[in-house]
Amino acid sequence: MTTPRELVGTAEVIICTGSGGVGKTTVAAVLAMEGARQGRKTAVVTIDPAKRLADALGLEGLTNEPGRIEGDWPGELYALMLDTKSTFDALVTKYAADEAQAERILGNRFYTNISSALSATQEFMAMEKLYELHVESDFDLVVVDTPPTRNALDFLDAPGTLTRFLDHPLYKVVMTPTRGILKVASIATQAFLRTVAKVVGSDVIEDAIAFFQAFQGMEEGFRDRAHVVDELLTATETRFVLVASPRRDTLAEAVFFADALHEAGIEISALIVNRMHPRFAPGLAEAAGERAESLAGTAIGDHFANLADFQLIASREERHLDGLVGQVGDATVVRVPFLRTDVHDLAGLDELATYVVGN
Amino acid sequence: MDPATFFAASRVIIVAGKGGVGKTTVTAALARAAARQGRRALIVEVEGKSGLARMFGADDLGYDEITLAEAGDPPGSADVRARTLTSDEAMLEYLESHGLSRVAKRLVSSGAIDTLATAAPGIKDILVLGKVKQLERDTDVDLIVLDAPAAGHAITFLRSARGLLDAVKVGPIHNQAAEVMAMLTDADRCQVVLVTLPEETPVNELIETAYNLEDQVGVALGPVVVNGLYPDRPGLAVDPVTAAAEAGVGLREGEAEALAAAADFRRHRVELQTEQVARLAEELPLPQLRLPFLFGAELGPSELDLLAERLVDQLQTVVEAP
Repeated sequence: MTTPRELVGTAEVIICTGSGGVGKTTVAAVLAMEGARQGRKTAVVTIDPAKRLADALGLEGLTNEPGRIEGDWPGELYALMLDTKSTFDALVTKYAADEAQAERILGNRFYTNISSALSATQEFMAMEKLYELHVESDFDLVVVDTPPTRNALDFLDAPGTLTRFLDHPLYKVVMTPTRGILKVASIATQAFLRTVAKVVGSDVIEDAIAFFQAFQGMEEGFRDRAHVVDELLTATETRFVLVASPRRDTLAEAVFFADALHEAGIEISALIVNRMHPRFAPGLAEAAGERAESLAGTAIGDHFANLADFQLIASREERHLDGLVGQVGDATVVRVPFLRTDVHDLAGLDELATYVVGN
Repeated sequence: MDPATFFAASRVIIVAGKGGVGKTTVTAALARAAARQGRRALIVEVEGKSGLARMFGADDLGYDEITLAEAGDPPGSADVRARTLTSDEAMLEYLESHGLSRVAKRLVSSGAIDTLATAAPGIKDILVLGKVKQLERDTDVDLIVLDAPAAGHAITFLRSARGLLDAVKVGPIHNQAAEVMAMLTDADRCQVVLVTLPEETPVNELIETAYNLEDQVGVALGPVVVNGLYPDRPGLAVDPVTAAAEAGVGLREGEAEALAAAADFRRHRVELQTEQVARLAEELPLPQLRLPFLFGAELGPSELDLLAERLVDQLQTVVEAP
């Protein structure tokens, strides 16, 4: 078992994952800050930070390049907010044979759709950015927050999804015998495309075909890149942290997620259960409820009822967690209490760090 | 606002909000509340989540409708049914009904459908909404409550029709988008209920989403639901030691401290919640329906009834938006 503190001290890449609304971004920021505390040069890549947290991290400029955050730590802390489209544009420019090819692609409407609307793109670009920072910069530790997706596993598959997609353009999926372009496509294929065009309109098909034509020759570079990015996900220096809230449904999703990762050959290093209600007086569980009833209608009765409320919810959350033990392998389970205020500045992150890494 | 009027105002209610705010709970409670007002409700779920059926004490949902709550319990109430809708199934059904079943199978089996969905983003969403539009004509149902995809997806989802109208100029998909757009922008047919928690970030996102939906889609926004408010316990304003003395009750060792800490926590949270609710009211002129945080039991049929009743009570007291 690795504690989060050890994890931050030894891993080179930490991927924070989990369903939406559980506080992944905040946990990623806390882990990155701890990295800097331990003297490491750390970067945190966030996807969609809450505004005040973004402000606290100095991200209000929406920059796609790491910006330094000053603080009282021996290491260095950088933060950046992923800009999917610029990251993708940079990748296209990098692999294009010449400027003209890059421009043809960047100006294509189908490309605009891929780079801004396709859900796999955001995940792929998060991983791409991670790779860039990990391999091409000199960060000791890169912490990345994964996008909230309909299926939390999408990011694992994202590099593959996109290359499969690029590798199987229209002319290929409609099973033309050659890898030629449409003008030499078989009559059957043309008939099929004409029917499809009737459904969605010919503009759509033309855009797609123009994109695949423009993209020709770049598939190789993209596929190689996706392959190395993919390898990084399963490399030993990469660790996964699963973030959940103590609700039955999100914990069920977390278990499902841990299973799926396990099947992909990835073990979770830590499960961080965020926003657990405090219990206040562990020894007084039943008494509070009984006294609340017998004293109903008085102020002290309200006090006991309040205590009973928190003990009820805390027990329920603990029960949900119990169901999880043994289902997340050797992962350290870290309970982070729900605090009386919300976290949106460095001081708040500091307070949260005392629970996440035990400072 | 009269609850019966609210549930009869449109045949479709789309429930939207960011992940973790209790969107599915609100969907279930709204459907149950409508049913208790005698409106036959159909819940449409698009993400394959399991929690919904469990709230009614039932097993998982599927593409076929199942009944989650029978009519007549309590007397006078209608039934609640539910089903899931996936874009692939909606696409197949759509193409088949347009005499294109051969193309449909090939599109799905070859994976070309994903290429198409990228070429014309929103095509899958539009087919799901198109199916909702078809269900709207079902005379078996008085109210469809759609549990929309979470977060930023909700805007993309609801904006898909407008986007497609621009991207696809002719053909059946264009017509479908136009018809969906007509449904979405007709307040007599469809309203959107946004859900949030009384916390800063969810409230910010709700406000942003509300304005985006109004400006970019032109949907009618119903009341917003603020979920998870700590119920008030007025006695907490009194210090526990004083309160105990007043009632002539002795406190055990450590009890005063525990009570004080718990009271401090709750008061502080309630204060934050109150601030956020007030800010929401100020920045978004929509009526608010407030649902309590449930400390105790798991969400099951009786808790759902409690939330449904609360919604009805709240509908009675909220004032129409200015």
